[in-house]
Amino acid sequence: MAEVRLLCTFQVADHLLGLDIAFVQEVLRRQQITRLPLSSPAVRGIINLRGHIVPAVDLRCCLDLPAAVSGEDRATIVVRGREDAAASLLVDEIGDVVQVTESSRERAPETVHGIARQLIHGVFPLHDRLLLELELGEVLRVAYA
Amino acid sequence: MGTMDEGILREFLSESLENAERVEQELVALEREPGDLKRIGTLFRAVHSIKGTCGFFGFTKLAAVTHAGENLLGRLRSGERAHTPEVANALLALVDAVRAILARINATQEEGDETYEPLIARLNQLDAGEPDVAPEPAAPVENSELAAPVESSESAAPVESSVRVDVHLLDRLMNLVGELVLARNQLLLEVASGNAVDLPATAQRLNHVTTDLQEQVMKTRMQAIGNLWSKLPRLTRDVAASCGKSVRLDLEGAETELDRSIIEAMRDPITHLVRNAIDHGIESPAERTAKGKPAEGRLLLRAFHEGGKVHVEITDDGAGLPLDRIRERALQQQLISAERAPHMSDRDLANVIFLPGFSTAERVTSVSGRGVGMDVVRNNVERIGGAIEVESRPGQGMAVRIRIPLTLAIVPALIVTAGGERYAIPQVNLTELIRVEAAEAAIRLPVAFDAPVLRYRDGLLPLLDLREVLRVPGFPSTERQNEATSIAVVHADGVTLGLVVDSIVASQEIVVKPLIEQLRQIAVFAGATILGDGAVALILDVPGLARHAGISVRSGGAPLPVQKLVPDSPSVPLRTIVLCHAGARWTVAIPQEQIARLEEIPRRLVERIGERAMVQYRGGILPLVSLGAILDLSGSAKSADAEWLGDRDPLAVVVHDHGGRSLGLVVESIVEIVEERMAVTASPGARAGFAGAVVVRGSVTELLDLERLLGSSAIGRDFVPAHAGKGA
Repeated sequence: MAEVRLLCTFQVADHLLGLDIAFVQEVLRRQQITRLPLSSPAVRGIINLRGHIVPAVDLRCCLDLPAAVSGEDRATIVVRGREDAAASLLVDEIGDVVQVTESSRERAPETVHGIARQLIHGVFPLHDRLLLELELGEVLRVAYA
Repeated sequence: MGTMDEGILREFLSESLENAERVEQELVALEREPGDLKRIGTLFRAVHSIKGTCGFFGFTKLAAVTHAGENLLGRLRSGERAHTPEVANALLALVDAVRAILARINATQEEGDETYEPLIARLNQLDAGEPDVAPEPAAPVENSELAAPVESSESAAPVESSVRVDVHLLDRLMNLVGELVLARNQLLLEVASGNAVDLPATAQRLNHVTTDLQEQVMKTRMQAIGNLWSKLPRLTRDVAASCGKSVRLDLEGAETELDRSIIEAMRDPITHLVRNAIDHGIESPAERTAKGKPAEGRLLLRAFHEGGKVHVEITDDGAGLPLDRIRERALQQQLISAERAPHMSDRDLANVIFLPGFSTAERVTSVSGRGVGMDVVRNNVERIGGAIEVESRPGQGMAVRIRIPLTLAIVPALIVTAGGERYAIPQVNLTELIRVEAAEAAIRLPVAFDAPVLRYRDGLLPLLDLREVLRVPGFPSTERQNEATSIAVVHADGVTLGLVVDSIVASQEIVVKPLIEQLRQIAVFAGATILGDGAVALILDVPGLARHAGISVRSGGAPLPVQKLVPDSPSVPLRTIVLCHAGARWTVAIPQEQIARLEEIPRRLVERIGERAMVQYRGGILPLVSLGAILDLSGSAKSADAEWLGDRDPLAVVVHDHGGRSLGLVVESIVEIVEERMAVTASPGARAGFAGAVVVRGSVTELLDLERLLGSSAIGRDFVPAHAGKGA
């Protein structure tokens, strides 16, 4: 029996990315970000999530994608790994929650190079495009490095 | 063991640890009053209850050890055995063994392989009435906190993770949360219906509920400092035994309450200070008798609330600090300069022991010579926003005084901006704020080898530009050259430095929020806070900032109290002057004899006739003039009064009596009143109305002569001669 999972999808640059909904705490509009000087470039700053200070991670930067111009990253996904503190990911657009079967997961194609390859847990071919599932732990590790 | 209910096990651990602690306290107390049957009874019951419960869990090794102890205590209770030091040592070793087993159970859920046979044999021997075979009977018990601080803190873990809260307090909290929900519902309703009329009332209610809730929640975090002190009798006993000293420990104010996190943070410093006092402070019984003191030394710990802070004092009646030796060592280690050394007061000298790297090497012993110096103690105290000082009376003892805030969660801070972002500087690190006008910048902000410095008091301070440290995009820019420079003078870890900021916003209480672990590696921030408008501001960690910028104690700043330029000699007259800011943070001194009164006058009381401003004052009319305008700081004495009165409310007014009439001089603010011996020197290029310059608190300040000033200025003449003429 194929294992069925639900992925929360979102758009970053021209990629459709997904995260297991187990990791997703909430989805917000773009929040006011306070710059965090001297941090790694992927940490854009920190936001106030109802009184909790949560880092804002620039996914484009993690994935080596061109930086957002004029506020393309309009949405914020608040994520929480198994043991980790909450973090928020800056993305362009929130998509649907998509149901995938584990058996249809494929490895990232060999043509994906560099850092992005490390961060992609698997690829699910949808009928019109590819959904890349992110490995949250890796993403945060790269972001904070 | 895997199926065992975690909750029950946890309860067993915390209960057994409490029992072990009680045994330890009672044992130490029993040494003072050997025949106290009540204490022996308590001891017996505590050991018995550990034994009883561990049987239920199947911890056979723990049961065996406690069983042997229980037997011995039974003999003590029936009076068959006396409470000798050997018995006490063996029973304290039992407490340590129990703690070690509990720690292992806490970590692994197993009690481990060690059987503690030697200890059981020792207990049994004493039980049978044979002399103790343990080596060095008088020596402190091995495995105590003294020898193994790591293990002891580990064994304490299960207790630290939970607190006991009074049920009534919990009920009150629940009620308040209920109120909070109601207030929220009301607010949401009003916002949804667009009903703005009731909003202020609802907001006020929300405010009240939140404040109450904050107070009550803080209460749940409060703990008596006695929790921390409970370990000290044992520590004192062991340290005293290992140094061959006899010490009596008195604890006062154990019920004084403090935030949990602070209690934790105070554990190491207090332990260290107690150890130090016994090892270095209190003399051996022989020495004491020779000096005519009682053979038993006395160590007093006192805690009390005062001025919104908790004070902890550690006083001993030992030898005090060897000040000459300290001076010598500090000179050798170049911690103080040769010029300063002879002028330092005993108090300043005593506080040299807190400087990093200071040590009087001859005094290192196994107990306190562990490289944990007094500077670490001071850093620990300062990290939680406290202050520490020492007072020593040679031959009579010394006192260490610590002042600590009640809580860490809310701290007063100064909000500044750098590169458009706001940052908070904790007030504990703040010395003062300085504004250097563009015209003065060339003189007050010289540059030495590319390193900007500030002429400050009688020395130079390293300057750090916050925008540069924080790599503000687009900095440095050339545009801001002709503006005034705002500098926050901050200190920490014995370093003083000036922080250049864009602007100073406000002083307010902030709630400290930690940064997540991954971001803590950025050492220049101590956390973050949320400002009134919901935005996040980072809290600057001043010690981290100094380290980041490579400013260390030895190279930087004026860490010690500024040396007096004018010595205390009777030939220099004692003067009282009032320091105030005239206009844009420019400090002037006014002789007290020329001042009738200092007043604060609410702005709404100011009345205007034409260009003149005045207030009704003591049944008459007090004309107001701006000191800044008279001194022509703003460049235009004729500017509108709204401008020259500044934007402060209430106005700070210096009342000057002149020829029977009073005149109110409006100043930016009154800084302080200083009484010091000071010589007036003619300042180069002195302006009319100045008597010269004086050195106040180590910095050169211009001294006004109000009589001459008012005679020479247009505004002054406008008011004064007319009235003076009438009076004459």
